Amino acid sequence: MAEKIEITEAMQAVIGVQSEPWTHEVTTTSVRGFARGVGYTDPVYFDEAAAKAAGYRSLPCPPTYLGTPVFIPGLSNDTFSGPKNTGPGLNHGLKNVLDGGTETEYLADICAGDTLTVTSCCADLSIRESKTTGQMLIVTTESTYTNQGGTVVAKQRGQGLFY
Amino acid sequence: MPLNWNAFDEGSSLPELEKAPGVTQLVKYAAGGGDFNPLHHDFAFPQSKALGSIIIHGRFKYAALGELVSNWLDHGGRIRTLSCQYRGMDLPDQPMTLGGVVKRKWEENGEKLAEVDLFVKNADGKNTTPGSAVVVLNA
Repeated sequence: MAEKIEITEAMQAVIGVQSEPWTHEVTTTSVRGFARGVGYTDPVYFDEAAAKAAGYRSLPCPPTYLGTPVFIPGLSNDTFSGPKNTGPGLNHGLKNVLDGGTETEYLADICAGDTLTVTSCCADLSIRESKTTGQMLIVTTESTYTNQGGTVVAKQRGQGLFY
Repeated sequence: MPLNWNAFDEGSSLPELEKAPGVTQLVKYAAGGGDFNPLHHDFAFPQSKALGSIIIHGRFKYAALGELVSNWLDHGGRIRTLSCQYRGMDLPDQPMTLGGVVKRKWEENGEKLAEVDLFVKNADGKNTTPGSAVVVLNA
């Protein structure tokens, strides 16, 4: 538990700096894997014939699933599967992380067969007091998802709570 | 049957979804979603020990709220925004009830829209994961 967290100038300078783009794949297998992980029973997320009968090009992305980041040993984060290099680090030195919240805005449909290009940036930094964990650093990250046709299909904001 | 604009009003409840994900379900979610944080499957991980248990992925609950809304729409519309906050931790094998209430229903630029408030209630009735969604109905 950190006694006192300080948002330094070096940390402030990271806000708004975009990461290098990374590829997320949406495949029939990856959609089924996610839907199975959540516990869906709706055949539209598993059976291509059912998906087409419901009006989709192929298996649609279940809500909150935005493709699987391509995993490359050494370049990818072994725990969270995303790219390791997401831009300049915050170097806050805090070891524990909890998820604070997530918001997704959908701008177009996403189906199996799509390839998404994702860029992320730190959008905001703040400090919050928690009864159970003491001071926490709240890191808001914003990611933009663009499909193979150049259409922005989704934007997601998430909050990591570091302590 | 795909949800129709006339089938609900402000104040209508979404059909609830009951879940009690155990370790095996969380492992499936980790594989499907790519989050292999040991806090969600390894009881020997220091953060799990400090908290007294592994905990459900916040993103699992977020995805489950997505399932709730998807089941309600039954492909009669699409989600425009979906959000939630992880206010309380949930533990494996504990029952959770997911639900929602239509907060607002309106038409704008020829689109039929609805905003729903979402919840994930634990066994004590506490909403650990309040959320919100805006959906666009096809008809």
